[in-house]
Amino acid sequence: MTNLTVNLPGLNLKNPIMPASGCFGFGKEYAQLYDLSELGAIMIKAATVEMRLGNPTPRVAETAAGMLNAIGLQNPGLTKVTGEELPWLEKFDVPIIANVAGTTTEDYVEVAREISKAPNVHALEINISCPNVKQGGITFGTDPLVAQELTRAVKDVASVPVYIKLSPNVTDIVSIAKAVEEGGADGITMINTLLGMRLDPKTGRPIIANITGGLSGPAIKPVALRMVYEVRKQTDLPIIGMGGVATVEDAIDFMSAGANAVAVGTANFVNPFVCPEIIAQLPEKLHELGYESVEELVGRSHRL
Amino acid sequence: MIRQERMQVVGQKEIARHIFELTVQGELTAEMTAPGQFVHVRVADSFEPLLRRPISVAAIDPVLQQFTMIYRAEGRGTSLLSEKKPGDTLDVLGPLGNGFPVEQAEKKAYLIGGGIGVPPLYELAKQLNEKGIQTVHILGFESKQAVFYEEKFKELGDTHIATVDGSHGTQGFVTHILNELPKDFDTYFSCGPTPMLEAVQWAYPEKRGFLSYEQRMGCGIGACFACVCRTTKSETDYIKVCSDGPVFPAGVVIA
Repeated sequence: MTNLTVNLPGLNLKNPIMPASGCFGFGKEYAQLYDLSELGAIMIKAATVEMRLGNPTPRVAETAAGMLNAIGLQNPGLTKVTGEELPWLEKFDVPIIANVAGTTTEDYVEVAREISKAPNVHALEINISCPNVKQGGITFGTDPLVAQELTRAVKDVASVPVYIKLSPNVTDIVSIAKAVEEGGADGITMINTLLGMRLDPKTGRPIIANITGGLSGPAIKPVALRMVYEVRKQTDLPIIGMGGVATVEDAIDFMSAGANAVAVGTANFVNPFVCPEIIAQLPEKLHELGYESVEELVGRSHRL
Repeated sequence: MIRQERMQVVGQKEIARHIFELTVQGELTAEMTAPGQFVHVRVADSFEPLLRRPISVAAIDPVLQQFTMIYRAEGRGTSLLSEKKPGDTLDVLGPLGNGFPVEQAEKKAYLIGGGIGVPPLYELAKQLNEKGIQTVHILGFESKQAVFYEEKFKELGDTHIATVDGSHGTQGFVTHILNELPKDFDTYFSCGPTPMLEAVQWAYPEKRGFLSYEQRMGCGIGACFACVCRTTKSETDYIKVCSDGPVFPAGVVIA
């Protein structure tokens, strides 16, 4: 029997595969298609203190083997997420990782304090890397000291382990990772989307109303993989890796590079069954490679 | 229920300039509950192009377990789709969204379509006629070369065609025809470009109407929040075109 379980701070996962935040809503849509209890965990859509309406449309644009999005953290607000969305998810046997966003430190602190009280929230993912909001978001994720202070502030109030979601839109992602580790982070999730653009070929006008958007999908996998590899070299913190994962081979790659678990984002839009499919294929794939457990595979690229 | 199925392509042909009629067969057909629902189609097995294409359903044949899509091949994705041949398979996710409420029509309905918004009105017209409701079809196209299904609509009821360049039927937009027609109907159904939907709403403020909207979509099932529109209900009310619609009562969506 291949052992798929993964134990990380706050998270005893039956398998290492989970949908990434922003690509799975609060689970309701995908629950029409399969039993969410099959998943290792669910990273729910970002919550902010107040409801956010998000950006004007168009919010998405397809690109070569990828897509740009600038949704703008549309969400119903903290009270509705804790009062309605999270209780609805309780019927599934799956740990929830709550994505926390805001524009000020106080926003992050308030959401982190309240949302971590929900019984099914087993960890927080602090979104200091959303490229699509005017204030906050990425500004917390591009300066190591600012990221570290925010990590401390959130750690002080959170009643579950705290994972920091890193932005790839930085010169040196390792320095941010080291800074949040110093700030007390329990883990890292990486990467968020890469800032990009697409133009209308006739008019030269940007397709996305927000002008720029976050690039995701298979196109960004090499960048994400390289960053996971680099961060793993410099830290022992748990890493949940993501960025263009669409197949079981992609998941194996991320774990080889040092990710302890793997999140699947944009691929959910292409194949809504991608998460359970990868989970089903993992045991055989591990067996082919000569491993009996996921944990044996993690970081193998560093042991060559 | 939404299903994902590798369906069999049973027919594909170009029925007007760049307009293709594609028929597929499979169990997913049985899940379709209303005209105006759509399917999300993967045009390649690779990740390029990446996203599915939302395509409306023009006709459903429950006996043969087949349905027909009509689409315009204009971009990379739909051009690839137009290369599918009988014997090929097609990855289809659907049926998606809420269709036209057939039960809302009483005696006589106007079906008003523009361009690639015309296809779902054909299955709607069939189902309305089966219920004994008289349908009048007002259909707009770019030019004569882009006109399709005129004869099929004529078999079901009075059919008026407008073309922008005047090469067939009335010159101009569907609204030019609407101005000339009596208002002796109880319900209208419309699908087409957003400016057309707006014009149709303005033409019949006192009538019961249902409009099918278009928006750029990501997932097609309501999870990604790409295809949102504001509504007239409140400043903070947003709908998702894919899963709350694409059909909405007239007067609700601010597009």
